[in-house]
Amino acid sequence: MCLSIPSKVVKIDKKANVATLDTMGIKRDASLALMEDGAVEIGDYVLLHIGFIMNKIDEVSALESLETYKEILEIMDREENKTIGEGS
Amino acid sequence: MNLKNLYDDFRDGETIKTFAKIIQKDSKKLKRSINIMEVCGGHTHTIMRYGLKQLLPKNINFIHGPGCPVCIIPKERIDHAYILSLQKDVILVSLGDMIKVPASHGSLQDARANGADVRFIYSPLDCLKIAIENPKKKIIFFAIGFETTTPMTAVLLEMVIKQNIKNLFFHINHITVPEVMGVLLDDPTNKIDAFLAPSHVSVISGAKIYEIFPKKYNRPVVVSGFEPVDVMESISMLVKQFIENRCELEIEYKRAVDFEGNVKAQKIIAKYFKTRDFFKWRGLGNVAKSGLKLKNRYKKYDIEFIYKDLLPLTEVKDHKLCICGDILKGIATPLECKIFGKSCTPSSPVGACMVSSEGACSAYFKYDFI
Repeated sequence: MCLSIPSKVVKIDKKANVATLDTMGIKRDASLALMEDGAVEIGDYVLLHIGFIMNKIDEVSALESLETYKEILEIMDREENKTIGEGS
Repeated sequence: MNLKNLYDDFRDGETIKTFAKIIQKDSKKLKRSINIMEVCGGHTHTIMRYGLKQLLPKNINFIHGPGCPVCIIPKERIDHAYILSLQKDVILVSLGDMIKVPASHGSLQDARANGADVRFIYSPLDCLKIAIENPKKKIIFFAIGFETTTPMTAVLLEMVIKQNIKNLFFHINHITVPEVMGVLLDDPTNKIDAFLAPSHVSVISGAKIYEIFPKKYNRPVVVSGFEPVDVMESISMLVKQFIENRCELEIEYKRAVDFEGNVKAQKIIAKYFKTRDFFKWRGLGNVAKSGLKLKNRYKKYDIEFIYKDLLPLTEVKDHKLCICGDILKGIATPLECKIFGKSCTPSSPVGACMVSSEGACSAYFKYDFI
């Protein structure tokens, strides 16, 4: 019920206040009624919930998170290799 | 970044395993076991689906919370939907989750089999088309959901008013999350040490609604995304809070949640809704200030007002073997239920926790816990 789907904005109909979204290959329309005028642009990533865009996904934060995970993985790999090296 | 990154990368197996290793290492420094309540049924499903419990050390436990808006609706209110659907010239409309929830006389699916016009929709806006195409019928929208879903009902009402639609009405069962979290903590027998907070609720309301839990209740909170990497990162953040003696509100789901939330959505909720003094939650009883209803000036759209003589208020008890109430309170798991997987299954549910896509029982059943 509270599940919401990350989607990409591919078209905006300002008159109808509706955006067309790409949700992993499926195109859907979503209402912009909960977003401020002009806040959503083509190419934005948004959260879709029961036919409405409820928020934008902050691309910078998403990329920062993914970058952090990559760094954590590398640190973990180095520590594990060091331990294996010391054990041999 | 492309769309696939937002799915796949937050489900990456290597990242999940790395967080598991970090949690295993950090948890050795915990002074005692910790019990984390994941409030939202969506989080319960992620934990079950990806087997996250098996990746965690024995001193970290989950308590499943009542964050399933279909599960917590008391039977007497589901009976309202059933009764309304059987009225002459009524089309009862609700979101798909409601279809099989059993009530005193049966589910809405049963009502439909008995001749009721019951329709399940993807979006509240679908009600508009139904109302326009059926001018001689009364369209009643049985509205359910937490803060995530409430603004969409408000937009629907706004459109009904603007388009002067005379045959669309509302039965409001919207509820809010922080009050019930407080009620659970006020119970002296509770074992909750920390919360994984519902995040799509927070997209609308902002993380600010959870401030009270570290400040007044001394319980750390992490607002977590729904993907398995999000949940593991959030657990890691909570464990670090415990070992560092911190008690804070943190946001893991930074790509979607901030402190203030969607202010436009909050304003539209405030325009059309007011808080009920009490709302009954299945298994928990009355929770003060946790339910919403339409403001008095919109009562001509409020079917509880229009049909108040038809809709009974007497409490209806659950099936005597159904322990959904205890499961929603976090004091039992589905495995302790005598009828789980036997007479209560997704195809023949006895309790709402087995029906709803966010119910703990449906998660346990689906991901093979029998």
